[in-house]
Amino acid sequence: MANDRQNKDTRFIEMTSILKSSKIPGGVKPSEITDKQVYLNRRKFMQATAGLALAPLFQQAQAGYGNKPLTYDKSRYKVEDELTDYKDVTTYNNFYEFGTDKYSPAQRAQALTIDPWSVTISGEVEKPGTYTLEDILKPHALEERIYRFRCVEGWSMVIPWVGITLGDLIKRFNPTSRAKFVKFTTLYRPSEMPGQKRRVLEWPYVEGLRMDEAMHPLSILAVGLYGEVLPKQNGAPLRLVVPWKYGFKSIKSIVNISFTEQQPVSSWQQSIPQEYGFYSNVNPEVDHPRWSQKRERRIGEFLKRKTLMFNGYEKEVAALYEGMDLRKYY
Amino acid sequence: MSSRQLVLLKIIVFISCLLPLAWLMYALLLDQLGANPIEVIIRRIGEWGLQLLLITLCMTPLRDVVQQPWPIQIRRMLGLFAFFYVCLHFVSYLWLEQFFDWPEIVRDIIKRPFITVGMLAVLGLLPLAFTSTRKAQRRLGKRWKRLHQLVYPVSVFAVVHFFWLVKADLLKPAIYSLCLLALLGYRIYKHRLTRSG
Ligand code: HEM
Repeated sequence: MANDRQNKDTRFIEMTSILKSSKIPGGVKPSEITDKQVYLNRRKFMQATAGLALAPLFQQAQAGYGNKPLTYDKSRYKVEDELTDYKDVTTYNNFYEFGTDKYSPAQRAQALTIDPWSVTISGEVEKPGTYTLEDILKPHALEERIYRFRCVEGWSMVIPWVGITLGDLIKRFNPTSRAKFVKFTTLYRPSEMPGQKRRVLEWPYVEGLRMDEAMHPLSILAVGLYGEVLPKQNGAPLRLVVPWKYGFKSIKSIVNISFTEQQPVSSWQQSIPQEYGFYSNVNPEVDHPRWSQKRERRIGEFLKRKTLMFNGYEKEVAALYEGMDLRKYY
Repeated sequence: MSSRQLVLLKIIVFISCLLPLAWLMYALLLDQLGANPIEVIIRRIGEWGLQLLLITLCMTPLRDVVQQPWPIQIRRMLGLFAFFYVCLHFVSYLWLEQFFDWPEIVRDIIKRPFITVGMLAVLGLLPLAFTSTRKAQRRLGKRWKRLHQLVYPVSVFAVVHFFWLVKADLLKPAIYSLCLLALLGYRIYKHRLTRSG
């Protein structure tokens, strides 16, 4: 019985590897990085423990990711940690536009229309205008970035994003010398984003970065993950990823990028200013007023791990905040 | 209600109170609790504790409505199940959230208001559980009733605990507060009636 299950599992792994590799025209095969995980992960272990006839159902759901494959270059920035399961990355999401619990977005976001999509570039910039997503992406080569992702709530993941360096995009539109900050805005469309019908936060969702943070080579605009087009619940078609800040800074489904002289006020800052600041850098020494940030639960793991300063990107980004009191500028 | 019917009712209530836990174990084994099972375990069990606490508080008004003793006859079991789930919730916190890191737990209880009120609620439930037997009831006489009025502040603490832990969406704690308000309001109303009448 146990043997039988094992065989089935191996076959399943081979099958998905073939599936995946045949789907990716160039670049890395996700199978190269996922196989080990498929063996070791919690989900498999649980199924093996339960050892039930239901297991094949889950396997089908896992086989192939189902989104359009992307062509991209291998990551220059790569975390050595084990990747978080695709299934977890795409079913456990904070995306309040689709509900305040973490399981709704995966279901409710599917109704969102993301094609056509355009992004307005505005503010202190020489080439303002409304651009289609293709225009935005065309000159750039896609690149994979395997980053840690730390949510302010105390959980974390490791996610293989695919995207472009935000700085490269910004340079194309020539911000003026008055541009000190970048403000990002999410789509506002209550008909397709039912969460916006309740004023849990100020809609549309707004986030911001200081210009030097935005120009930092680690900041990217992601269009995919696990080698495929971004699922809607993960912020399709275009989202920010700033790996050294808490997850809510990495704004999703962006429709406006605006360059400003004044520091923008983010949605969380506006709703609960005493708990959320503009910077929101991952910092184990500065607790959220209501809970500790010392440790985090890596999704898929049982024991908690220590949270790293700047989410482990201290070497790369600490210089941005030299001389700043990070307790004051939280 | 005949004594046979009462026994049957008690069995049904007993099994019903265990069903959520059975579901949780089942879902855990099949890995149906999503990406963060521990969070689901802590939250679900906590919410069931709160729900059972409020259901227990429904028994007095229910008795007044149906004019029969059976709601009071199943009240103790409901109250003890509330305590059972709260204990499970607390143990899940100690184990799955803090891994028995005692200094950190003490810090948490002192520093985080939502944990502090949760702790107060648990402490308030302890004497109620210990004096839930018929023997204790007889021994304490009139004082038993007074002691068990502790359940009111305990419920308030539990709801405040929920209010203080949510990030932005206050809908659920607001609903529970309304329920609690109605249940407490009923008692004040009845108290006034009997005093003036
Ligand atoms: C009568 C006692 C208590 C009741 C009725 C209760 C009830 C609840 C409820 C309803 C929730 C929220 C569930 C949800 O979000 O859906 C919750 C969450 C929680 N409770 Fe309690 N609780 C009690 C005591 C405690 C105590 C003593 C502790 C710790 C010392 C504690 C720690 C927690 C934690 C850590 C969470 C989860 C917070 C999160 O996931 O963000 N609770 N509890």
